[in-house]
Amino acid sequence: MRSRINDFAIKLANVNGTGSASANSLIMQAIFRMGVPVSGKNLFPSNIQGLPTWYEIRVNPKGYTARALDYDLMVAMNAQTYARDIKEVRTGSYVLYDSSWPLDDDLHRDDVTFIGVPLARLCNENFKESRERILMKNIATAGALIELLNIDADVVSQLLEEKYGKKKGMRESNVKALKLGGDYIRENYAFPLPFHLEKMNGNEDKILIDGNTATALGCIYGGATVAAWYPITPATSVMDNFKAFADKYRKDPETGASNYMFLQAEDELAAIGMVIGASWNGARAFTSTAGPGVSLMNELLGLAYYAEIPAVIIDVQRVGPSTGMPTRTQQGDILICAYASHGDTKHILLFPSSPAECFEMAPKCFDLSERFQTPVFLLSDLDIGMNDWVTPKLKWDDAYVPDRGKVLTAEQLEKMNKFFRYLPEEGTAIPARTLPGVHSKGAFFTRGSGHNKFGGYTEVPDEYQEVMDRLLLKHKEAALYVPAPVIEKRAGAKIGMITIGGCDPAVREALDILEEMGRPMDYMRIKAFPFTAEVEVFLADHDYCYVVEQNRDAQLCSLLTLETPVPKDKIRPILVYSGFPLSAKNVLDAIAVNVEELNAIYS
Amino acid sequence: MPSIAKPLVGHPSLAKNAIGLTIRDYEGTMSTLCAGCGHDSITAAIIKALWELSTPPHRLAKMSGIGCSSKTPTYFVSGAHGFNSAHGRMPAIATGASAANRELTYVGVSGDGDSLSIGIGHLCHAIRRNLNMLYVLENNGVYGLTKGQFSASTDVGSKSKKGEANVMSPIDPIQLALSIGATFVARSFSGDKEQLIPILKAAIAHRGFALVDVISPCVTFNDHEGSTKSYKYSRGATHAATESDFVPPATEIVGSIGPVGSTSIRMHDGSVLNFTRVPDNYDVTDRAAAVKYLREHPGQIVTGVLFADEGVPDMHEMAGSPQTALVNVPFDKLCPGSAALERLMGSFR
Repeated sequence: MRSRINDFAIKLANVNGTGSASANSLIMQAIFRMGVPVSGKNLFPSNIQGLPTWYEIRVNPKGYTARALDYDLMVAMNAQTYARDIKEVRTGSYVLYDSSWPLDDDLHRDDVTFIGVPLARLCNENFKESRERILMKNIATAGALIELLNIDADVVSQLLEEKYGKKKGMRESNVKALKLGGDYIRENYAFPLPFHLEKMNGNEDKILIDGNTATALGCIYGGATVAAWYPITPATSVMDNFKAFADKYRKDPETGASNYMFLQAEDELAAIGMVIGASWNGARAFTSTAGPGVSLMNELLGLAYYAEIPAVIIDVQRVGPSTGMPTRTQQGDILICAYASHGDTKHILLFPSSPAECFEMAPKCFDLSERFQTPVFLLSDLDIGMNDWVTPKLKWDDAYVPDRGKVLTAEQLEKMNKFFRYLPEEGTAIPARTLPGVHSKGAFFTRGSGHNKFGGYTEVPDEYQEVMDRLLLKHKEAALYVPAPVIEKRAGAKIGMITIGGCDPAVREALDILEEMGRPMDYMRIKAFPFTAEVEVFLADHDYCYVVEQNRDAQLCSLLTLETPVPKDKIRPILVYSGFPLSAKNVLDAIAVNVEELNAIYS
Repeated sequence: MPSIAKPLVGHPSLAKNAIGLTIRDYEGTMSTLCAGCGHDSITAAIIKALWELSTPPHRLAKMSGIGCSSKTPTYFVSGAHGFNSAHGRMPAIATGASAANRELTYVGVSGDGDSLSIGIGHLCHAIRRNLNMLYVLENNGVYGLTKGQFSASTDVGSKSKKGEANVMSPIDPIQLALSIGATFVARSFSGDKEQLIPILKAAIAHRGFALVDVISPCVTFNDHEGSTKSYKYSRGATHAATESDFVPPATEIVGSIGPVGSTSIRMHDGSVLNFTRVPDNYDVTDRAAAVKYLREHPGQIVTGVLFADEGVPDMHEMAGSPQTALVNVPFDKLCPGSAALERLMGSFR
């Protein structure tokens, strides 16, 4: 096998709740610090202890970070899943396993090299406590991997120093366990493996961060003061991080008061209600949730839409319908969010593709929500939200001024003859709003029942319709303010490839491969709904477009056909919705089905 | 009602409150409820209480859900913002509103369907948060707007207009609230303004969640023979456990002490709730005693301030919020800025 530097994928199979996560992140972080482009995908169960869990690490010198689906090394540490894990690796690859017990004959493969390390035995001989033996087995595995993959030992010891600086006992145990695994490899095997790591400079000005942390930070920077939520996977860490950042950055230095309110609600109905109540009073308020929460929030989202109250909803999508697979990723909430609630509604959606965009788009959500006085969704997903991504350092522009929309001050109200809540200035779609507590002249009765442009109750057909028509104009106008799509043209491209959100790295990689195959395609990543003019132009400019998305029902395709003039037959969905993050291979396999048609187009 | 246009007729002799407003300044639009509805009497009592407390209209926020009761915030204090939200969700919306601006006075109006069925979870959790608001439960034991179904507060055996008797056990909001730590619990009757107005004033002055359950007969669907929420039944079965005067802060305390026991509670804002008559065996600061007293009087509508505790922190105190409204914290205090972000980035390497 030829030697491959910084270009391989490994998969670690473990039992959850045994401490494998910290060993995995140690390896991942060490590779990152070596300057090698890396990505880690955690494929975990909806469970606390005892079920199979996998972690995939891919390194790639060109910076491709999507799932590989093609493993050079399987670290098989879960006897329950030996059979399928060993079956999954490709010919010529390696399997690292715990040789404390012999491997079943049925599991042997002639085309794969087995590396046995008696990890359990080594740990049992060297550690006393049963819990420690289990935890340290993972670290001993990491020690073996450090040797096998040529991970920089200095980087690892620096990481342990940072993590356990003050906890001497923990640090010593970790060092000891690493040595157990490493020494065994050195004494018994040829190392490193033909594929391994070498230091490079691929991660300057980059960080390793998950999307939920970045989203929380974006909410802090965007000036959110009220956070209301109900715990739900995979959105919980948005709020855990928001709370941690708020405790760090929002304590008044003089009084010690908390310049934020953190509300763990009784359910998602209440969480969105709290957001609406706080926004009605003028605060920047948000909730974080996942599909089941959005289902519950539908009722009040209609109220916010119709009564024109801002609200920011972070939806970290997971696999539906119903409870679905809570710890698996999908983009299945596009339609429910676009049209949430009964009656005619249309909402503003932003689609981040990475943690960096989560950070960037969170303040944008508040700006749009306040400008258009309407709910705005940030449609993240589990892959972006919970996996660590190598992403450019987050940057903040101190010149940023929040867009609070049209809000009348006491002085303005004092000068007014009479204020009407839903009566915009001639030729505009957005009326001014007033906040409670400011001035009696601004007082009005907010309601979700039928109302006319003056804010009064109505059941008069024309009066009702007039307000509804203006709401539609407002949504259309939002297309001028939402982020434009990313468009990348390639010479000789004849068809287009469209996607959203976290599909980005896999689709870009697929496009590079397609170009090498002589099939260049233009790329468009849509960043928001309502669709901007560029989206329609791109659709019109191509004979047809593939649309890659992670749901069964081609929800983005549906939205495109409903909301743009594109004919249905100009859109070819590529749908990957089994719950794991997208791989370029998924895209290429789907396209391969139409190879003859493609050949004809490119001939 | 034929019209919602209500002429505001001022009269020079109308008394003014401490901020120079007359009772007219606390009125709203004309009620569209049925003539004789108990809810309209409660509205009148709320108007009187707010006027007497001299609450500036624009510093009041009127919150409600859906139902006959939830319509009533339009009928008082036109100069205040109101929010007629969604069925049962008012406590959640009021929680968010209060989170953003703790400086306003929150008056929530709800009904027994809103509070004890679709929104019972929200009510319970607003109580747990000790959200600082007056929560008036206009309790008529019936679904009025949908024409006469039993509600969760309908007593066993109480009959519908069609003569059908309710068989399911009712939820008593007072006992429910006491069991989950409510800090101010009172009950009254819409037809007894003498009692209701001081209770409302004390409830507004209370720091925390003040539940006032007001039996409010529905003249159209629940005022017949066989109903236990009719005017006739309610007048007969009302049993005043406590009677009280509310004395605002910085005013001479003149409440007369009743013949059978007495007590007074100093409210958080310095006002005093002065009990004029309390039975010997009743301690309004003893939660267990309040529950015991209610259980000892089955079949009676026990009224008065039944429990009050001024010593429990409200939602904002629990959270350590600033004394002033969060909405007024300037953006530069909320955004840590680029330098802090640059420093933070080091922890993500």
